[in-house]
Amino acid sequence: MENLLENYAEVVGYEVIDHLKQLAAPLKGMKIVHVNSTKEGGGVAEILNRLIPLKRELGIDASWEVIKGNSDFYQCTKKMHNSLQGNRDDISEALLNNYEETGGQNYEELRDLLEDADVVFIHDPQPAPLLSFAGGRKGKWLWRCHIDVSHPYRPVWKYIRKFVEGYDASIWSLSTFTQPMPHPLYLIPPSIDPLSEKNRELSDDEVMSVLSDHGIDSELPVITQISRFDRFKDPVGVIKTYRHIRKSIPVQLILAGGGATDDPEGAEVLREVMDFAGDDPFIHVLELPPDAHREINALQRGSDIIIQKSLREGFGLTVSEGLWKGKPVVAGNTGGIKLQVIDHYNGFLVNTSEGAALRTRYLLKHREILEEMGVRAHQFVLDNFLITRHLREYLTLVVGILHGSDERIELELPGRS
Amino acid sequence: MSDEFMIRDCALITISTGEQAQNLRELRDRLLVTHAGSIYYHFWGVMLRHTYVDPEYQNDFAVWASHALHDHEIAERLSLIDPNEYLSIEDLRREIVEIIEQHLYEREHVPWARTGDQFQFTRSQIVVFDTRHRITAPEEFKDIVPRLPLGSIFYHFIDSRRRTAESLNDFSIWLSEHGEKYLPLVERLNSIDPYFTTLGNLRDEIADVFVAFEGGE
Repeated sequence: MENLLENYAEVVGYEVIDHLKQLAAPLKGMKIVHVNSTKEGGGVAEILNRLIPLKRELGIDASWEVIKGNSDFYQCTKKMHNSLQGNRDDISEALLNNYEETGGQNYEELRDLLEDADVVFIHDPQPAPLLSFAGGRKGKWLWRCHIDVSHPYRPVWKYIRKFVEGYDASIWSLSTFTQPMPHPLYLIPPSIDPLSEKNRELSDDEVMSVLSDHGIDSELPVITQISRFDRFKDPVGVIKTYRHIRKSIPVQLILAGGGATDDPEGAEVLREVMDFAGDDPFIHVLELPPDAHREINALQRGSDIIIQKSLREGFGLTVSEGLWKGKPVVAGNTGGIKLQVIDHYNGFLVNTSEGAALRTRYLLKHREILEEMGVRAHQFVLDNFLITRHLREYLTLVVGILHGSDERIELELPGRS
Repeated sequence: MSDEFMIRDCALITISTGEQAQNLRELRDRLLVTHAGSIYYHFWGVMLRHTYVDPEYQNDFAVWASHALHDHEIAERLSLIDPNEYLSIEDLRREIVEIIEQHLYEREHVPWARTGDQFQFTRSQIVVFDTRHRITAPEEFKDIVPRLPLGSIFYHFIDSRRRTAESLNDFSIWLSEHGEKYLPLVERLNSIDPYFTTLGNLRDEIADVFVAFEGGE
């Protein structure tokens, strides 16, 4: 039964699915284990939720394990996460000892599965020490880093590096995110899932109803930024952009995001944004719950242009989400955004609020160009940033890693010499 | 002579070499020593990586010189390099280095990229697999080529150039073994420039050649 692959084929085309089947053929029956630290929430869990069933449908014996830890463990890994992204966050000896012990305990629980696996993917720093207990492993072990480690807090990176350099290879989202390692550094950008609630097709009625629920006039142009209330996403800059445009075009602005209630800094930024927006009825600042995927989908689809005016960005997958809905994206010229927005092709890369206003106003005044860019935007994501491309690269990588560092790997059909 | 033409497909996986350059001089220095596969990737791999091709600059070095260094002179010079004109990657490497050195010699300042915009050297592994499709007679190409996946076009028309002794495309090599009748077709296929285009457009161009030949043009 290949229902899931069939569903994807309807979006990406049968040629793409056929390609996946051929790549997966030599991996049939192979045991591939993914290990991370959370079953729900966050981009890693989101992607594994879909990748594992897809791999299984392709005949691979794929499984997904989640390590367990106490609150000290998560406090430690949260600090690691912050430090790897460049924030100085020293970690006590006691927390580090607990981190390593937790690795040992989890290894004992997963020992049989991990030692029997042909390929093990360890996601992010939380389960990284598992390898140091895996003396009896038979397969290849790969460390998948989803974090931008380009400017880490060095003492913490130095500590984590000793656990990850022993892996057979590591996988990074962007070449600028990498650190030197004594093994191959594979590059696989993240992706969006076209069948998820956040990205699936919605009826016009549903889109209109969500706009109307928030008091947005569907007759007037709408520009939208979806992001956490975080200074690096420059929400105040987006309001400045809106005000520049509003001088000549009666536009509406949606600033929607979540996570402000449980994040002290987020709450502070949200207050700043509310203050700056004042009582302008055409600015809609929406604080949405973390599971408001369908609502976000509708807000993006109901917009004319998507803004992502980040000052600093990791990969910035909300850009691909906007592009996928056929909307040009006007975005900050930073991080992974540069891989997704091709300037003047499917959107514009900008450096200032004024630049964002200039480009947005241009598109609102030249509807035919907005439409053309929107068509290219959708196609660009279809070709480059969907989960099927992500899966193709994982399969290629597994075939590659099983053949060592050969530059060229020629697969024979099963049964042929 | 092989009786049947085996249609293959391929996928690339990208690997960072760990090398980067922040200015033109560093680019030159890394180019002197980087893996040959990296130079190949930055000229040809881009075709499989993206469906979008910069209308101005086809290879990654030229794109970086324009977008990160904002040095349009060197971008234009690098962009004009046609990798088809070089017998080996080493020849191509020498040419790129020569062009950069000449440019450095002519300028008083070395152009720099801002932090975060460094040139990142990458290379790739290519995984080639059999599609199970076979061509047994030259006439079949006409109907099959328009439906070939882009990976097959890359493998048979671009990758073949560094894989075969003749440095030609696989279609021409196979057709050459089927008698003089097909020599005009082979010549026309060989005259297709696979550079400065996309794989989709290249597929259309190859298909047109087969259709025209069958139509007696």
